[in-house]
Amino acid sequence: MSGKSSMRTPLARIRYLGSAHAGTDHFWKQRVTAVALIPLTIAFVLIIISLVGRNQAAAIQIIGSPFVAITMLLFVLSGVHHMWLGMQVIIEDYVHSEDWKLTCLMANTFFSFAIAITCIFAVLKVAFGV
Amino acid sequence: MADTKGPVARPLSPHLQIYKPTLTMTMSIAHRITGAALYFGTLLLAWWLIAAASGSTTYSNFHWFMQSLVGKLVLFGYTWALLHHMLGGIRHLIWDTGRGFGPVEREWLAMATLVGSIGLTLLLWIFGYLMAGGA
Repeated sequence: MSGKSSMRTPLARIRYLGSAHAGTDHFWKQRVTAVALIPLTIAFVLIIISLVGRNQAAAIQIIGSPFVAITMLLFVLSGVHHMWLGMQVIIEDYVHSEDWKLTCLMANTFFSFAIAITCIFAVLKVAFGV
Repeated sequence: MADTKGPVARPLSPHLQIYKPTLTMTMSIAHRITGAALYFGTLLLAWWLIAAASGSTTYSNFHWFMQSLVGKLVLFGYTWALLHHMLGGIRHLIWDTGRGFGPVEREWLAMATLVGSIGLTLLLWIFGYLMAGGA
């Protein structure tokens, strides 16, 4: 980095956060959740296949078993976080009017949290059998 | 002050309609479209889990929809989108390490993503039908 010509303070430079103050946070979280989702997606597909053609009693027995429930919770958490970040990029790319952009970004957050809480609640309800 | 007549029609840099479609370009667009589809596909996941948590009647309704033609088409599309986005994501992770950008590698990776996702989707569905038929 060229030191003399820059107006930035040494502290700002070593923080690596850039002008948006977030640095590579968005990029990095997208990658971490992506890597987590590879084994979790495979596990999710296997869980779904084990449930093909089964009724509710069999479904809650499988979903409610500790290993499957924990896998489902991890899948939902990393999946929703990943899609929240991904949809944010899509909105920022295509929605240019400031009002609409903010509305869409908020709707993205609300939708993601609603889906996450709904799925987590359902899995826990099945697992704890209440 | 000069007249303000709105924006002047300036020449634009070439965009999508100028280029001949390529496989890598198509796979890039497909990655984004499958991602967006999976976003709304989580409604299906939420419905399934809530139905399981609610009881046998609610689950039967869900099951009925999934066994209908529309339900099967949606689930088939969801399967392909999920696998395609996962394989496309692995391709992106390979690119993140700085590998796979050469003219041969990038075409191979794009083709592998497409063939892999379609092949795996068909295999899973054949397996699913065998499971359901055997049960």
